Amino acid sequence: MSLWRRHGFGNALLPDRRRPARDWSPPDPPPPASSPPGLPPPDPSLPGWSLPLLLDLLPHPVVALAPGRLVRHANGAAQALLGDALPALLRHPILVQALDRLDGASVESVDLAMDVPVRRVLRVALRADRRAGSGLVLLSLSDRTEQDAVERMRADFVANASHELRTPLASLIGFIETLQGPAADDAPARVRFLAIMEAQAARMARLIDNLLSLSRIQMHEHRRPDGSVPPAPLLRRVADAHEPQLRAAGSTLAVDIADGLPPMAADPDQLAQVLHNLLDNAIKYARGPARIVLRAEAAQAGSGPSQGGVVLSVSDDGPGIAPQHLPRLTERFYRADDGPGARTGSGLGLAIVKHIVGRHGGRLSIESTPGQGTCVSVWLPVRPHGT
Amino acid sequence: MSNPGHIVTSYEQELNQLRGLMARMGGLVESQTAHAIQAILEHNPEAAQMAMEQDPEVDALEREVEARAIKMLALRAPMAQDLREIVSALKVTSDLERIGDYAANVAKRSLRLGTAGADISLGGLRNMGRLVQEGLRLAIDALGQNDKDKALDVWRSDKAVDEIYTAMFRELVTYMMEDPRNIGACTHLLFIAKNLERIGDHATNIAERVHYAVTGEMLPPARPRGGFTPEATP
Repeated sequence: MSLWRRHGFGNALLPDRRRPARDWSPPDPPPPASSPPGLPPPDPSLPGWSLPLLLDLLPHPVVALAPGRLVRHANGAAQALLGDALPALLRHPILVQALDRLDGASVESVDLAMDVPVRRVLRVALRADRRAGSGLVLLSLSDRTEQDAVERMRADFVANASHELRTPLASLIGFIETLQGPAADDAPARVRFLAIMEAQAARMARLIDNLLSLSRIQMHEHRRPDGSVPPAPLLRRVADAHEPQLRAAGSTLAVDIADGLPPMAADPDQLAQVLHNLLDNAIKYARGPARIVLRAEAAQAGSGPSQGGVVLSVSDDGPGIAPQHLPRLTERFYRADDGPGARTGSGLGLAIVKHIVGRHGGRLSIESTPGQGTCVSVWLPVRPHGT
Repeated sequence: MSNPGHIVTSYEQELNQLRGLMARMGGLVESQTAHAIQAILEHNPEAAQMAMEQDPEVDALEREVEARAIKMLALRAPMAQDLREIVSALKVTSDLERIGDYAANVAKRSLRLGTAGADISLGGLRNMGRLVQEGLRLAIDALGQNDKDKALDVWRSDKAVDEIYTAMFRELVTYMMEDPRNIGACTHLLFIAKNLERIGDHATNIAERVHYAVTGEMLPPARPRGGFTPEATP
């Protein structure tokens, strides 16, 4: 305690509930340097402590409000948690009302949810310094998004899985019944049916894999990735992995990477998944030999958000997509038509891409002209220098 | 604001109070919109009730902002950016009030809709709701921070909302033609989609006013097309 007081800190900054908030004494005079047992005397040549410094050292997200409810300081943990959602949090009616109520009490705790840009659920504990004219309020945040996501996911998973698995399961059961009954001794039919059953079972397995992967992505969607990914090696690796698929479809892939691209602020595995899904789609929906281009270039000023970015794109010269489908392609299980791709896909590829891009604070854009081809581009923020 | 402080400090305080009120109003209509969208997507009457109950508070705030802004114009005779900010506040507050009305209307319709449209896919509406909420959040952020770049981002991204509205319109009309029993539910959904689209328009208006207040330049009447608009993101 004496250590705090020596550096001019009042109780207001101490999260110490044993001390009633009313007990407000002026800071004690500095105790003799020898008084705290086991602690060396303060070195006058060292820089002093400041409120922002102390708050930044806390591992827990904390926001300090000055009079007028202006942000005095949001510590590093709070910035990592909220990103640019801090203003939206401060104007949230639930928090505003809690701040209004604080006049009567110095302790309050509220739960609130924010829907955009990604859903966040927070518990905010408010502690006010009640001295007249102080106006200092500390907001201590705890992130409850994951608990909330688990609840929602369970409901979502049951709804999606039961709905989408029903069709392949019904056909599987139908074939099994046929094989047990009328087609029991029909060898050619058995071979044909087993092949169809295998395809349906594989589709169900893929669907479950994708649903699980989507759930995992959604669970961490509120946390910005902290990795740093240089574009060139990633693109080459993904392109190489698609070699067999390309050969089977008779399509060609050109990789076009601009020189001197800065690293992107991204999770390398998730970004690889984005490119995998986009290339898969390009190969699958081109229906036949196509020329596919995988490109990385610097974002042009004025084309995306104002900060610096890199644009990754996959374009093909396939049949294209009719304009009425474009705005809805990223919905789960939305299928533009019943082409050959629709039967083998899980209907989740672009939904996964959308959620990954959302987690990265990026933008997804799909442009297509029927008869000429499709271009899917992803804008991603670059990793700022020194982070 | 990057301006040097005003000589009259109470003037600065008045401006800050005005900004505080606008932020509060912005937070309220954001939450109203969120509740309204939740009410439709989850068939949640409580959320609808919340959205409707917040409307009188938004109206009261609008009157207060208006009264304060007029008083400041009359007594302080502000100049340059201050003048633009206060005049913009007058306009933005009515945009916010309209957004609140549309959200309350969406909530009311969700109650009348009940579970009638339960078998109609709400995927398009979910997408549109996200886009509109995101645009609204950015517009109110831009307003609070006097950030012209954010304002431009909102202004550019309205195209995606319009496109998804057109797609939904087509889809709902198809449902109605398939089975006349869907007409009641689909009509409500059409109006709901239209109201969301209008909320997006008002968010764009707010962004335009912020851009004007900060730079003193009006944005061209036609919005740019193409570029990196969030194509039906989240």
